Parts: sequence; C-alpha cells; structure tokens
Amino acid sequence: MRVHALGVGTAAATAAVLALLPFVLSGYHQALAAQVGVYFIAILGLDILTGYTGQISIGHGAFMAIGGYTTAIMSRDHDTNLILTMLMAFGVCFVFGLLVGLPALRLSGVYLALVTFALAVSVPQFTLKFSNFLGGSNGIQSRTVVSHLRLYAMSWTAAAIMFVAAWLLLRGRTGRAFRAIRDSEVAASSSGVTLPVYKTLAFGISAAFAGVAGSLFVMGTNGFAQPNEFDLLLSLELLVGAAVAGLGSLWGVLLGAAFIGLLPTISNDVPLVGSAHGQDVVFGLIVVLVMLLLPTGFAGFLARFRDVRIRPTRT
Amino acid sequence: MLELREVEAYYGPVQALHGVSLEVGEGRIVAVLGANGAGKTTTLRAISNTVRRSGAILFAGSPIRRGGPEKVARRGIAHVPEGRGTFAELSVWENLRLGAYTRRGSVKADVERVLSYFPWIDDRRHQQAGTLSGGEQQMLALARAFVQQPRLLLLDEPSLGLAPVLVTEIFRIIRELNEREGLTVLVVEQNAHLALQVAHEAYVLEVGRVALSGPSAELRAHESVRRSYLGY
Amino acid sequence: MATVETSRQPTLADRGRLLRGALRPVNLFLLAAAVFLVVGSLDSEIFAQQTVAGLSQGAVYGSLALALVLIYRATEVINFAQGELAMATTYVAYQLIQWGLAYWAAFFATLAIAFVLGTLIQLILIRPVQHKSVIAVVIVTVGLFILIDGVVTWKWGADIKFMPAPFGQQVYHWGGVAVSRQDIGTLLVTVLSVGLLWVLFQFTKLGLGMRAAALRPAAAALVGVRVNRMLAIGWGLAAVLGAVAGLMTEANQFVLQPSLMQAVLLYAFSAAVLGGLESPAGAVVGGLLLGVFLNLVGQYVHFVTPELRLPFAFAVLLGVLLIKPSGLFGRRTVRKV
Repeated sequence: MRVHALGVGTAAATAAVLALLPFVLSGYHQALAAQVGVYFIAILGLDILTGYTGQISIGHGAFMAIGGYTTAIMSRDHDTNLILTMLMAFGVCFVFGLLVGLPALRLSGVYLALVTFALAVSVPQFTLKFSNFLGGSNGIQSRTVVSHLRLYAMSWTAAAIMFVAAWLLLRGRTGRAFRAIRDSEVAASSSGVTLPVYKTLAFGISAAFAGVAGSLFVMGTNGFAQPNEFDLLLSLELLVGAAVAGLGSLWGVLLGAAFIGLLPTISNDVPLVGSAHGQDVVFGLIVVLVMLLLPTGFAGFLARFRDVRIRPTRT
Repeated sequence: MLELREVEAYYGPVQALHGVSLEVGEGRIVAVLGANGAGKTTTLRAISNTVRRSGAILFAGSPIRRGGPEKVARRGIAHVPEGRGTFAELSVWENLRLGAYTRRGSVKADVERVLSYFPWIDDRRHQQAGTLSGGEQQMLALARAFVQQPRLLLLDEPSLGLAPVLVTEIFRIIRELNEREGLTVLVVEQNAHLALQVAHEAYVLEVGRVALSGPSAELRAHESVRRSYLGY
Repeated sequence: MATVETSRQPTLADRGRLLRGALRPVNLFLLAAAVFLVVGSLDSEIFAQQTVAGLSQGAVYGSLALALVLIYRATEVINFAQGELAMATTYVAYQLIQWGLAYWAAFFATLAIAFVLGTLIQLILIRPVQHKSVIAVVIVTVGLFILIDGVVTWKWGADIKFMPAPFGQQVYHWGGVAVSRQDIGTLLVTVLSVGLLWVLFQFTKLGLGMRAAALRPAAAALVGVRVNRMLAIGWGLAAVLGAVAGLMTEANQFVLQPSLMQAVLLYAFSAAVLGGLESPAGAVVGGLLLGVFLNLVGQYVHFVTPELRLPFAFAVLLGVLLIKPSGLFGRRTVRKV
C-alpha cells in the first residue's frame, strides 16, 4: 500500500475531523459515531484476512462475540478496567483466531466461507449451553457503563491505533507475504513464504481486531452482552462492509464502516420504507446493487476519481 | 453455402484473425491448413460464435449474427471442436441424444443411419464416454455431429492424437458422409497431406490471413505448400 | 473397412471390478449404518422413535441440501441465500392461505412462484457476477440473504405466525413407537419431489440439456443447448426444492418466523458436504444420515443438549471437510490449485 503526501494529508485531516466531531454531536449521535468506529475496527481486521490473504470469512461476528463476552465477564466478575478488557479481548481472540486459522489452512474459497458461516451460527449457541457462566439468553451485564462521549473517545482512539498498526504491519514483510499469498499461493510458497504461518497469523490478527471491536460493541450497548446481538446477520454485515469498502485497501474501510454503521439509521428516515424493519430492505438492496455496480468497492471507485495510488483490489 | 468476408477475431486484446475471407460451396469438402497459431481453430470459432469477431459471415445467404454458439448450432452448423467436445461423464447414448438436441420430431431414422456408419456404438450405448479410446471418442463426436443433421460440419483437427490407421478411417468416413449424404464439410487440419487428399478445395492460413487458396490438386503441386506443409 | 482399435467388452475381470466398486467403503458404511438403525429400532422404542423423527427431519435437510448441490453443480456457486429464499416462499404460501386459498392449493401455487423467483434471481443477480471471483458471488448471495430477510420482516413482521397443519395432527402408534402423520407426510412429500426431479434429469431432453450445461457449458452450447436458460431453470428448480423444504419445516415446527430456515441452512450445508457437494444422491443421503445422527446423538449423548445441535452440525461439516473433503459420494478434490 503506497502513501503519498496526499494520503498522509487525508489521514491527518480525517483524524482532525474525528477529534473535533464529538463537540458538535449530540449524545445519541456520538454513540452512533462510536458504533461506526466499532465497525471500522472489525472491518479492518476482516480486510486483513479476506482482502489481503484472500481467506473468506463469514464468521467474524463470532470473534466479536468472544471479545464482547470477555469484556462483559471480566467486568461482571472482576470489575476490570474496561480498557484492560479490550486488551484481554485482543489476546483471547488472537488465540481463537489462530485456532480457527489452523483447520482453515486446509480449506479454501467457498469451503472456508461455509465453515466460517457455520461458526457464526454455532458460537452464540454456546452462551445458551453454558448459561451459568455465559449468561444464557439473558446475557451478561458489565459492572461499568460508559458515557457516550467516553465511548466515542475509546472507539476512535482504538480505531486510530489499530489503523496505524495495520498499516505498519501491511507495509512490511508480513504485508508483502500476505499479498503474495492472495495473488498466488503456489507462487508465494515457492518463493519461500511459509504459507501456514502467515495464513494462520492473518486469522489470528483479524480475529483479534474483531475481538476489540466486540469489546467496544458491548460497551456501546450499555455494557450488556447478549447472544442475539451477535447473530449471523452481524457476520454477514461485516463481510459486506469489507467488500463495499474494497477488499485489500485500508482507505475504503472508513467508508465501508460508515456504510454499515449509518445506513440502517438513514434508511429509517426513507419515507417509502419508514418502519423499523424497512432498513434491512434498503440495506440489502444497496448491498446487492453495490456489488453489481461497484465490484471493486468504494476504494476502487475512489481510485478512479482521484487517481490516488490505492492498491488495485483483487476480488 | 458459407462465406466469410474480412473476418477479424480477437482473444481479449490479441487479434488472431486479420481479415480472413473464404467460401465453402454446398456439398464440398474444404480444408483449412496452416501451422500452429495460424488461426485455423480461430476461424472455426469465429463461425460458431465462440470467439469475439467482426466482419461478415454468411450462411446459406443470410448473415450469422454475433451472439451465442447455441444459435449457430440451431441454424444447422455442427462444430466438432478441438478436444472433441464429448461429454466424458455421460454415456455414449446420451452424447448421441445431445446431438439431436436441436432437432424436433423423431430422430429414429437419423440415428439408424448414424449407427450404420458407426455400428460399434450400438453395443456400447451405456458405456461412459470418457472410458472410450481416443479414436472412439473422435468417432462419437463425429456421430453426434451427424445426428444433428447439420447443413455444415465444422471439424477441428480430427486427426489430433490418433494413430494413422484411425486417422485414415475417420477421413474415409468423412468422405463417405460427403459423397452419400451430401454433407458440406469445413475441416481444419495440420495433417496437410491427408486433408488435401480428401478435400476439394483448401485455404492456407498464415498468421491470421489467407496466404493461398485453390483446388486441392493445385495446392498439392504448389511449391511453397509442398515445402512448408508436405515436407518435400 | 480397417479394424478400429476398440476398448474391450466387459469381461469377468471387469465384473469383478464392478463388484469391488459396489463394495466401496462408502457403500459398506451406508449398509452398516442401515443395519445399525434397523437393529437399534427393533431393540429400543426410543431409538426407533428418534430414527423415524430423524429421517423425517433429515428428508427436509436433504431437500434443501439437494437445492444447494443443484446450484453448485451447475454454477459452482454456493447460494448462501437458499434458506432465506425457502423461508420467503413459505411466507408467500402463508399469505395465499390468508387470502383464502386451501393449504394444498397454496402449496402448489407457491412452488410455481418459487420457480419464477429462482429463475429471476439467477437472471438478474447471479448472471452478472457468475464468472467473477468467488468472493464476488459469495457477497452477492450474502447480500441477497440480507435483502430477503429484510423484505420478509418488513412485509410480515418478525412475530410468530401460524399455518394450518398439512397432514393433520394424528399420531399412529406402532408397537410403542409414536409416528405422526406429519413425519410420514414430510417423508413422502420430500421423496416425491426428489424423485420427480430425478426423473426429470435422467429421462427428459430438458434434464439432459441441464446436465450437459452443468458439466460442460462450452460443449453444450455447441450442440445447441441454451446454457444460460438451463442455469436459470436450475435455479428455479432449486428454489422449488427450497420451498418444499421451507413448507415442511414450518409444518414440523408449527410456527412461522423469519428465522425459520437459518438453522436448517446450516444442517443442509453439513448434509451437502457430507454427501459430497457435487452429488445429488449424496445430498439426500447426507441429509437423512445427518437428521438421524443428530437425533440419536441428542438422545444418547447427554452432553449434547438441544443447544449444541447446531455446533454439532458444524463439527460434522468441519470434520468432513478436513478428513474427506469430497464427502461420501464425491470424486473431485476440494482444493483446486
């Protein structure tokens, strides 16, 4: 991924806007913006996995669930500092990601999509099974609840940190290895890239990101972790967000996250579909349209306009 | 019956045919010769709409519009491609039935006639086509094309990968189909010697253009043809 | 006429090979499973109960799995929206009944509507991305999932709805085993639909054309098969199968809600993979096996409570893909380098 003066400038400008934004937003909108930050982190992680190493996952909601529940449980049982729980979520999900990444080595393409789909559907069930520890369908309530402003700050600070981390990672040898894998596994491995290590690593990292996102997600729902918050639809939305962002480009992720985070709210105001459930119709419709019309996602779309050196997406 | 006028063909951005014009008269066997990469296969593909092309192609007077190969098949052109286009996973009989796909009404008589040329098929109806030998698969492809009752048969390198005995046999059958059934044939061949024996006229392609054309006897005697393609 | 080299006529050695083929590990396994089920059913009433119920549910999983396999064979696409489409068509049936139609009239009308919907979806949404990357197609079907889910929830709401029971509530008792008309009916309906489809594919010109289009589209086009049309019809038929699966699931569960088919979809995926994604017979057999297996495990393995049914199916899916990716009946390898 190349960076121009233009790129750095845009980043700085975006950061400035984000820093000043909460002062002009109401509490409700701050929470909404924080939500976008959550999706940003999750989609960032998914982009590393699917966009950069070409491993499809329709199951990242499961990792968000694990991260979110980590936060909720640690808070409920030990009243742990929330930021600390975020770090724990990162660690826990990194391990889980590695665990999933190992069998994933033997699967490719649609088969991996199938398995991650199954993962997304299955993981919430464990909260029901081990309801004593995991709260069952009633969920778990954290001890600390975070204010809207604080949530915004935490979300976007974490987002910024993780963006920079991702950028650094992808810039270096790891990133090159990832991209080599995506472009041709055979070629990559014959040039010395140890596939299993990098592919599993990608899974671990992306899961860790999702875990942090999940952690913030739970904080955003009043510290309440519930299984039906982490349903299949969440995983689907994440994948769609990553695709709409433009796989294999970090810059589109912001737009993708905004898309996922804001569209439901915006479509609520669309007169035609006013009711609460209309949002999914609009959402689904736009998703399908975007995929048909903008197959390279927002990033590709932007690239055409501004000729910024964004990595051509390889879907 | 078939006329190509200044046909150009493209594989993506690469141009393979640079204005090929040729004619196939009704009831004739016409051969297209040339080295590898000369554009012989591409010519057939241009006719059957399996490659992007421009220029006019007229069949029985009316133009063939660009579009899908299905339409070309329905107009009565049977294309036996390189690799034969048989369905290895289906049975011999099912392959034949597919030949009759575009036909309406009873095909019994046609099937009988086909079996008279290829009697062994009757015994092997239920055998999976992929388990046939190379020669048999080629004959199956030919049989299937014939069941289609085409007005024009396009054959792409029927001799490819076959033992000489088989090749002779196949060309004998082609000749018989032409003489007895009046089948018009456009055959692409690398085996120039054999092709010129069977065909009435031939075109020699070089780098996507027609370099020479004429009656087979003439071409056989032609200096450069002899040197480049007949080896003497 | 010169002698043509021919492949040999079947000899004794060939017949021996045929026998060995019939005794392949897969077939032995199935035979063993069948024996196990019969013996168990004769031995224990609960066992028989679970087996019968499992077969009935498994038939439903199998028909949705068959829909998935049909589409996969033809277009190499895994339609993640298959379950939602099935659910949506079930809601269509619900609406028709609300408007006064009798159940079975609504049933058949729904099948027709499902066919049209399936073909339309293939024409409008799938065809443009069919030849693009795996990710593109996955995302379109995922988008479709979201769209359909949204449309249904929008139009009918998320609350529970009820539909009349197609087979009545009667339960028969055969030697201590309770078999409901529901179970029998489900089995019959699914077997019938699968059977009809089989006849279509094996014995009709259309079926032959569809098979040819799925196997080798380029060669099929050359003999005049309208490949795109065959694909659309394939999707239509898959949607019909899905509608059957949806309606039977509703009948089994007694309630109708948007999440009707989400679990069934996972079971169907597991069944399809178990049978081998390229094998229609495998999908059906896989479904039956999975249905019975899940029930029996749920009954006899105490750790596996109802909440763990889905994770268990996931384990089966993962296990098959890791151990024998081509499933029970598949031949091709999963990873195409």
